[in-house]
Amino acid sequence: MTATPAEATKNGGAWDGFTGGLWRDAIDVRDFVQQNYTPYAGDADFLAGPTQRTTAVWNKLLSMFPRETEQGIYGVDVKTPSRIDAFEPGYIDGDAKNHKDLIVGLQTDGALKRAIMPNGGWRMVESALNAYGYEADPGVRDVYTHLRKTHNEGVFDAYTPEIRACRSSGIITGLPDAYGRGRIIGDYRRVALYGVDRLIAAKEADKARLGEDWATETVIRDREETSEQIKALNELKNMAMSYGYDISGPATTGREAVQWLYFAYLAAVKEQNGAAMSIGRIDNFLDIYLQRDIEAGLITEEQAQEFIDDFVIKLRIVRFLRTPEYNELYSGDPTWVTWSMAGIGEDGRPLVSRTTFRALQTLYNLGPAPEPNLTVFWDRELPAGFKDFASKVAIDTSAIQFESDELMRPKYGDDTAIACCVSAMAVGKQMQFFGARVNVAKALLYAINGGRDEKSGKLVVEGFTPIEGEYLDYQTVARQYDAMLDWLAKTYVHALNVIHYMHDKYAYERIEMALHDQRILRTMACGIAGLSVAADSLSAIKHAKVKVVRDETGLAVDYEIEGDYPAYGNNDDRADALATRIVHDFMEKVRKHPTYRDAVHTQSVLTITSNVVYGKKTGNTPDGRRAGTPFAPGANPMNGRDEHGYIASALSVAKLPYDDAEDGISLTNTITPDALGRTPRERIDNLTGVLDGFIASNGFHMNVNVLDKATLEDAMRHPENYPQLTIRVSGYAVNFVRLTREQQLDVINRTFHGGL
Amino acid sequence: MAVLLSPEFPVGRPARAGGDEDASTLAGAATRRPIVGSVHSWDLSTGVDGPGTRFVTFLSGCPLTCLYCHNPDTWRMRNGKRTTADDVVAEAAKYTTFIRAAGGGATVSGGEPLLQPVFAGELLHRYKHELGLHTALDTSGFLGTRATDALLRDVDLVLLDIKSWDRDTYKKVTGRPLQPTLDFARRLADLGKEVHVRFVLVPDLTDDPANIEGVASFAASLGNVSRVDVLPFHKLGEGKWQALGMNFSLHDTPSPTAGQVAAAREAFTAHGLYAV
Repeated sequence: MTATPAEATKNGGAWDGFTGGLWRDAIDVRDFVQQNYTPYAGDADFLAGPTQRTTAVWNKLLSMFPRETEQGIYGVDVKTPSRIDAFEPGYIDGDAKNHKDLIVGLQTDGALKRAIMPNGGWRMVESALNAYGYEADPGVRDVYTHLRKTHNEGVFDAYTPEIRACRSSGIITGLPDAYGRGRIIGDYRRVALYGVDRLIAAKEADKARLGEDWATETVIRDREETSEQIKALNELKNMAMSYGYDISGPATTGREAVQWLYFAYLAAVKEQNGAAMSIGRIDNFLDIYLQRDIEAGLITEEQAQEFIDDFVIKLRIVRFLRTPEYNELYSGDPTWVTWSMAGIGEDGRPLVSRTTFRALQTLYNLGPAPEPNLTVFWDRELPAGFKDFASKVAIDTSAIQFESDELMRPKYGDDTAIACCVSAMAVGKQMQFFGARVNVAKALLYAINGGRDEKSGKLVVEGFTPIEGEYLDYQTVARQYDAMLDWLAKTYVHALNVIHYMHDKYAYERIEMALHDQRILRTMACGIAGLSVAADSLSAIKHAKVKVVRDETGLAVDYEIEGDYPAYGNNDDRADALATRIVHDFMEKVRKHPTYRDAVHTQSVLTITSNVVYGKKTGNTPDGRRAGTPFAPGANPMNGRDEHGYIASALSVAKLPYDDAEDGISLTNTITPDALGRTPRERIDNLTGVLDGFIASNGFHMNVNVLDKATLEDAMRHPENYPQLTIRVSGYAVNFVRLTREQQLDVINRTFHGGL
Repeated sequence: MAVLLSPEFPVGRPARAGGDEDASTLAGAATRRPIVGSVHSWDLSTGVDGPGTRFVTFLSGCPLTCLYCHNPDTWRMRNGKRTTADDVVAEAAKYTTFIRAAGGGATVSGGEPLLQPVFAGELLHRYKHELGLHTALDTSGFLGTRATDALLRDVDLVLLDIKSWDRDTYKKVTGRPLQPTLDFARRLADLGKEVHVRFVLVPDLTDDPANIEGVASFAASLGNVSRVDVLPFHKLGEGKWQALGMNFSLHDTPSPTAGQVAAAREAFTAHGLYAV
């Protein structure tokens, strides 16, 4: 079916040559993509290098990055609380009349200049400004301290004393986080396919339907939110118009499709300082437009690549104003512009197009970078040409991550994208309540100490008695740990409900939600840290003898291990079953507590770089880990305890049940090049094989760094020589030289799997 | 063979079914005593112990004392852990799903695996027939006579270290004579068994052009060598020598330069061999 003449005229030919009908009648981007994309099963030979213009624009930014690294931020507008259309147009190099941008639009009126977003919390804004040497604007301060309530203020109004105690002891962290909850992916493609007016009309229809329902609190909130979404869509149009583009109608060319989609995304990052502002699954969508233009002889491969390169440049310079404490948790200024690609469609065709290749090619054309967070959905059935290229890019740049399409597709379908690091969701149909994380290693110490904090000695949890005796008895510890996790799960879900109630109320994601269906699935994403420490501690107590060292107040402060114990990370069920058990049990405990807006409970085993901070806040543990030592990142085994190579280690992680961790399980592997083979070709084949093997073994996620330790050590000494050195940590990639020194050391001290 | 082997296991003793160390009789499976070997460790590796991702069993004990050995802790059989073949195969079985998807197999390495030919043979047989994996035997060939034809039938690929061509150099490097390795190589050629030759390039020790040329022309003459790995000497194992209280005589020897490695590879490729 092709467009009727009337449609073609109405849309200015936007849909000419496109087939299929469902997507014309309702907002259904997946159907459009399925009906129109061209799978590509070839290799990477067709790809084009960067144009001179691309290189010049990127070099301009490269010349600006050192000042940003040195000062923490390049600049900030302290006077203008960010809104979708708050700022005058900005360009990387030049002005409206004379600039080099192909795809236009910046978060503020200047590249790298940050905006304040005080709806989340005024104190965060002010302390971030002060940290970087700026003064808050008195007028803005007055508004957000006297006139306009913020999310954080709301949260603290409704916290219980118990939650506050957890917050200060660090058993639950991120209460609330120093950023918006994020992990919401607007379906930015909708703006390009339909134009904003059609989306507004659909929202108006939703609102009219809601008008027929009785005015319960839920219905009133839905109506108010839908109205806010419509306002945001109008602001989006204004913002685009300020750059000279009328996006009320659909995009008509490849370049416009990229531009329209980018405007939609840009509106989101102008409005929300979200923890993760992911962009979704966009390459096959854009490919349909680029392919149509190429076939019509309107553009060349070089131009198609140039649009993608310029778009990616924009994604690389998304910036948020965040506090130094945030950087301690999530180092390197991450924004998680996660771009999900590949996998296999429900009809068996690979979700790989030439633009999937073009997206990966940006890592060569512009050099490696942490953003966008390029995420390959791996499936054993992917075409060999794509597997080869993805493996090659991973080996050359250490900048991409892999996640199991085979585990996700049955749960979420084939139009799924990752928000943040490992959180899968059906684009435009599902969103996540994300924030805060619990420390299950510290909870074990609380179980042993009857609810007293092992560092402060303060009683944090009422109603428990300390475990007595010279040696720890496994059954006793396991029973008390179970009870402690019950308490933790309850307190945690309670806190999350408060956070998300207030976030909806005071910092609602208007434009992101405008690009969702009206009826969506919400998940309540919980998360655990310290899994390997907790599992190894239980293994030590069970399989060796653990003697308790107590201080004069009776507080257990250290442990002496007599004998050996099997450690998580060696594909040994004696230890791995304990880790699996913790994940399963904690999920069950979380599920017992009703959630805000009936969100579906999920959890992740993910820490990002916060493993360092969690470790700092946790005393000596019964596995032999010393107080203050970083935890392993995500679901990784502890450094040095995985004695049989990274595959044995990965298979321990692969045993963690995805059904009990649907928000994702993160594994980071750092491998020296010689541990993948002796020639470049061999390394590619072998990494492809390792990924196939991992996915076949039910592994979920793998970060692959292919690096020598010496390179990282040299980069610590001479950061100026490594401006673009990128390394994957749990769930994202960072610019290595922008990590804190502590985190750099943590990365270097992690196990490098060599080929000795 | 008038050579002195490690005292734990004199060379003259014939291997018997039922274990290299236990003089058990061939009996029915039900009453068969478990086959036990001395195992240093096991590991999963990719691209270094044969093609693809492999389950590698390192057996303890080696008749050679190579100056550059990076695993001197595998030299003495008594330092290994007595392990049944059942246990090792059960461990390997955990990886068959992975290895089948990834491509690869199982490698029996050491030490010198042919110091425990019955145990090594049992592992190879079960890896191949029970687990359905591609099998590789990583050996110096010095004890090649101990590899029965039956054992070799269970080997898909031999990783054969030819540590030097010059007899004096070989003796200096390994403490043993070269000839048994050459004999074994010929036998493998006669059997048509696929071989990857490994040659460790050590400056001022094995890098004499005539020495390399000798190995290359010999390897080329065999007809069953599908690949040659020229392995640059490194000192990452030096700490193990110190830990064992032994003197690492190559402490001052540098790793070869990229140019030296390339030249050595060229010596092999000049003979039509695939060398990496």
